[in-house]
This record gives sequence, C-alpha cells and structure tokens, in this order.
Amino acid sequence: MARITLDHLAHAYKANPRTAEDYALKEINHVWSQGGAYALLGPSGCGKTTLLNIISGLVRPTRGRVLFDDLDVTDLSTEARNIAQVFQFPVVYDTMTVRENLAFPLKNRNVPRDRTARRVEEIAGLLDLTRVLDRKASNLTADMKQKISLGRGLVRPDVAAILFDEPLTVIDPHLKWQLRSTLKEIHRALDITMIYVTHDQTEALTFADKVVVMHDGAVVQTGIPEELFERPTHTFVGHFIGSPGMNILPCRVEGTTAFIGSTMISLKRAYRTLSDGEHIELGIRPEFVRLQPKGAGLPVQVRRIDDIGRTRIARVEMNGRPLAASIPDDISIEGSEASLVLDPNHVHIYANGHLVAGEATGGHAA
Amino acid sequence: MTKTLNNRAWFFVLPVFAIVAFSAILPLMTVVNYSVQDTFGNNQFFWNGIGWFQELLDPSSQLGEQFLSSLMRTLLFSAIILLIQVPLGIAVALSMPREGWPVALCLVLMALPLLIPWNVVGTIWQVFARGDIGLLGWTVNSLGIDYNYTGDPIDAWVTIIVMDVWHWTSLVALLCYAGLKSIPDAYYQAARIDGASRWAVFRTIQLPKMRRVLLIAVLLRFMDSFMIYTEPFVLTGGGPGNATTFLSIDLVKLALGQFDLGKAAAMSLVYNLIILAICWVFYTVMTNVDAERERVEA
Ligand SMILES: Nc1ncnc2c1ncn2[C@@H]1O[C@H](COP(=O)(O)OP(=O)(O)O)[C@@H](O)[C@H]1O
Ligand SMILES: [Mg+2]
Repeated sequence: MARITLDHLAHAYKANPRTAEDYALKEINHVWSQGGAYALLGPSGCGKTTLLNIISGLVRPTRGRVLFDDLDVTDLSTEARNIAQVFQFPVVYDTMTVRENLAFPLKNRNVPRDRTARRVEEIAGLLDLTRVLDRKASNLTADMKQKISLGRGLVRPDVAAILFDEPLTVIDPHLKWQLRSTLKEIHRALDITMIYVTHDQTEALTFADKVVVMHDGAVVQTGIPEELFERPTHTFVGHFIGSPGMNILPCRVEGTTAFIGSTMISLKRAYRTLSDGEHIELGIRPEFVRLQPKGAGLPVQVRRIDDIGRTRIARVEMNGRPLAASIPDDISIEGSEASLVLDPNHVHIYANGHLVAGEATGGHAA
Repeated sequence: MTKTLNNRAWFFVLPVFAIVAFSAILPLMTVVNYSVQDTFGNNQFFWNGIGWFQELLDPSSQLGEQFLSSLMRTLLFSAIILLIQVPLGIAVALSMPREGWPVALCLVLMALPLLIPWNVVGTIWQVFARGDIGLLGWTVNSLGIDYNYTGDPIDAWVTIIVMDVWHWTSLVALLCYAGLKSIPDAYYQAARIDGASRWAVFRTIQLPKMRRVLLIAVLLRFMDSFMIYTEPFVLTGGGPGNATTFLSIDLVKLALGQFDLGKAAAMSLVYNLIILAICWVFYTVMTNVDAERERVEA
C-alpha cells in the first residue's frame, strides 16, 4: 500500500532519443494516491502499457523517477517492488492446476501454506473459480484463463498497487460487466491502489473514482468523470470522452464573442486577446446543443437523426461544418432546415488544444 | 461445410505412389525376399523360411550373439547421446541471445557442424584426435593423460561420443530455440510479477512450451544415433576389436564383407523394426502425457 509518484518520467524505446516523436512517453508528473481506483484511459498506442510497465519495473524509464511513498524504486527490480500486474492476454502456467496457479505468487514469496490456501479459496470465490480449482489451467476457455490471471493479480493482499492492463479484452461482454463490479468491490474491501488501463470510456467511467486521460505519450487530464465530461481541459478529452464526442469548431474570439465564420456566439466569459499564431477552437458537448425548429438560434441543415435509445442525436451542418446536437423529447423536426441553441455555460474555448480559462463577467458565474 | 468427393484426385497422387513404390517398397521387398532364402553362390537360391530370423534372435548361435552385443552397444550409444545432447541442447538454447545481431551470428555458427558431410566429420576427428599429429590427441597426451582411440575401447567411445555431441547438439539447440522463441513476452513478465525464480520460469514456462520440439529432437537424435555408421566407420572402423561395432557396421560387414545376403537381409528387417518400435514408444509416451492432461480436464 503506497502512494505512487511519477516524477519527470519519460521513456523512449529507442537508444538515443532526439525528437519528441522518439518518446513513447513524454514527460509525466503524476501522483496516484494510496487507495485510489484509477482508470488510465487513452487510445491504442498512446503509451498506457509502457507507463504500467514502468510502474511495475518491467521497463526502466529513460528519464525521471518512480517513488512508492518516499522510496525511490526506479532502480528496483519488479520482484523487489511488491506490485501486482494483470496483462491484456491471459497468462496461465499450463502444467499447474488452477489452485496452484493462484497460489504461485504467494508460494514464491514463502507465505505459509495455510494462509495461502485460505487466500486462494477466498479469491477463487470472488472470481467464481471454485468449481475448477483442481483442474489443470491449460485447456480452459480464454475467459477462465483471464480470470486466473486476474486471480493471481489479486491474491497478494499486501501489494503497493494492482495494475490492470486492459484485463477484460478477451472476456465476454456480459461477464465483463460483472467482473468489473467484482473488481470494484474488491477495491472497496481492500483499500488497495488500483490502476485500470482501458481504451473504453464506459469501462473507465464505471470503474474509476478518478480517470487519467492519456494522449500521444502524455497525460492530458486527470479528474473525476464529471470533470472530464463538463470541463475537458484538452480538445482530445472533449472528443474522446462522450458519445458522440464534443463538437469542436475553429473560431475567432474577441472579448465575450466567438465568431465561427460569420456566425456570432456570445460567451459567458471574457477572453484575453488570443494571438494570431494560436489555433483557437470552440468546444461544446452535443448534450448542451439543442436543436429547434427553424427560428431563433443558429441556422443549420439537418443531415441525419440517430435514435440512440434514451435520446435522439441530430447530425447537422453549420456553414459546412458537421456538428452533433441533442433533440429535446417534445420537439419534432420537419425538413432539413432547423436552428441550434447553445447553452453558454458549457461553451469552452481552446487555444492549441488546451482550455483557456477566461474571466467570469460580472454576475454570470459559469 | 460439405466435402466434395472426386475420384480424379487419385490421379494426382498416383505419381507419388509410383515413386515411393520404386524407391522404397520394391527394394524393401527384395530384402524381405533375401531374408527367407539361402544361397551357395552361382545366383542359386533356396527357400529357408524363418531360419535366418531364428538364428539371429537366438543368442546362443554365433550370429545371434554377435547381433545381441551390437544391439546392446548401439542402444547404450543412443542412450548416452540422448542423455548428453538433450540437456546440453536445452542449456545452449537457453543461453542463446534473444534479439539483435548476435542471434544471426549464433545461428550461423551453430548450423555449421550440421552442414558438414558425415564422412568429413569422421575424417576431421580421425585427424584431430590422433596422438601424433592431431591437436586434440596431442594436447591430451601431453597433459599426461594416456589417450589412444585406436587402441583403447574407452578412448574410442569417448571420441565417438564427443564427435557426435559436437556434430549434432546444435540441432537439438536450434529446435529448442525455436520453441523458446514462440513464448510470448507476457509469460516472462507475468513470472517476474509473480516473483518466480529462474528455475521456476524454466520448469513452469519454458520446459512445457518446449515439449513438442523436444519430442521431435528426441526422435531425430534417437533414430540418427541408432543408425550411426559413417563417422565411427571412418574414425575407428568398428574397433578396437569390436568395441565400436554398432549394428549398422555389423550389418555392412555381414552383407558386403561376407556377402551373407540372407542373414544381412534378416538383420536389416529386425533392425528396422526395432527402430520403429522404439520411436513408437517415445512418441506414445511423450504424447500420452499431453493426452492424459486433456483427459483430466474432461
Ligand atoms: N517493446 C517496444 N519496443 C519499441 N516500441 C514499443 C514497444 N512497446 C511499445 N512500443 C511503442 O510505444 C508506443 C506506446 O505503446 P504502448 O505503451 O503499448 O501503448 P498502449 O498500451 O497505450 O496501446 C507505441 O507507439 C508502440 O509502438
Ligand atoms: Mg497496451
């Protein structure tokens, strides 16, 4: 059990990295607090596995330090770090039974037999493996094998943290949901730091108390799910989280007004004069863009309406740019002409991808 | 999916049948034919039934005694070869580099002995081990060890075994290396997370993943060592005395030296059956362990 600190951490798989492209991980400073349930969310290839392997010591970082509490473990081997990790694809020891597989991490650490046996029974119960405990681990289904891998990750009660690297990739969808809740329960019961890597936002948002979003080798935002949803600090987070993602439109900003082409949008906040060199964008989530019959509001052409169960999402075009908007339940749209109403409280301005804070104008707190 | 049956397919395998018939079945039938006949020369043959086989398998006859001792010698040789080459091959494979340019270098170096013709291997060692001009023989002798492979049976055996180990261990190593390469990195990573010792990694990950290639290696090395002829023939000619007269050498002496076609034919067939039988046993035992595991699952 420990707080894990990443201090100026960077990693390149190449021997002599020169440009930023050579780095699989750009500089990362981050603290995982003791007992947290974290999701590490990002698209494939953004460096999630690399980061986990550095924390567990399987990979030595090119630069920077890893600290468990105040102890610098950068040069410690995996075995010496007391950390558990579950991999994307199942790893089972073919010659052993399921019971021996689960006991293996404890046996290697000379945990007394009776304690090992009790712990194995306990974990097998949690993962619904009790039936197969005495069968050989080879020839079981991929589902089962991955549960064994999970079990080996969970079996040591005293680890600094448990790292899960997309652990449910090979698991059946309905079982996935169940296993995720199981992991969540175990987390509540044990007060162990868990870092759960995934590229699936639903998975991240349902598992984690805190989500760390990675993009292109860097951490772009850390926050509780609501923060990521309501106030993405990077356009990447905006469009990666949410379905459909945030609408992002290139614009020009003067004071409290944004111009998208010739369309004017008034803002709740005042922005510093943004320099010409910067790439300015306006972001708003489809949930805060309402489609209305043609009238007041921004004129748009409706291209398509998707019924996604609870709500309807309209795909529209404004000045030739595609946008997604929600359609209130009581509204029906005829023809292709309609209007958009933007909720000014949820309009964000980004410069070069990063959120610009802006200043609250008198009395209109966002 | 339904299979389409088309009898024309047989025409396509017909040439293969023809070739196999000419190259294997016909010669084998000739041998079977000789094995049940006797001759006094002049190309005159007499029916002898299973007489040769009876004599061959009866240890009290001269032929039987000779056959039995050659058989024991050959079995002992194969056993020693397997006991040395399999563990050594595994050890070599485990210590080979896994990536980068050393891999290519290593593979080429290890393939070299495999590319040398058998009789050349024999000749190389015949010279190499000579006490007067051979580097090995001379060095050993000058270390004060009395070594003479043409005079001393033990020395002859040691020389042949060392020669075979030099010649063939890389085959076992290369096969094992292929098996090791097929293990995904995640296994080694998981083992490190689980705190497994080097020995545990070998026992629980590497050895199980090498089982299939090891079966092939054991079969190949057994068959090859059990049929060894050229190298000892060149190196010792079966001597000193009969110390290194393996079955194959015995057979050739009988067939070509004494022109005892009937006896030699019978011996060939028995020799063949022994090899088949032992390979079958190896194969069954080693695959049964797999099957046994699967049965336990069901
Ligand atoms: N062993 C490796 N050697 C070289 N490059 C690697 C290695 N592992 C990963 N990479 C590269 O590092 C980047 C990040 O990979 P990874 O951490 O596996 O991403 P993720 O887990 O988010 O999909 C990718 O561009 C990948 O190609
Ligand atoms: Mg990954």
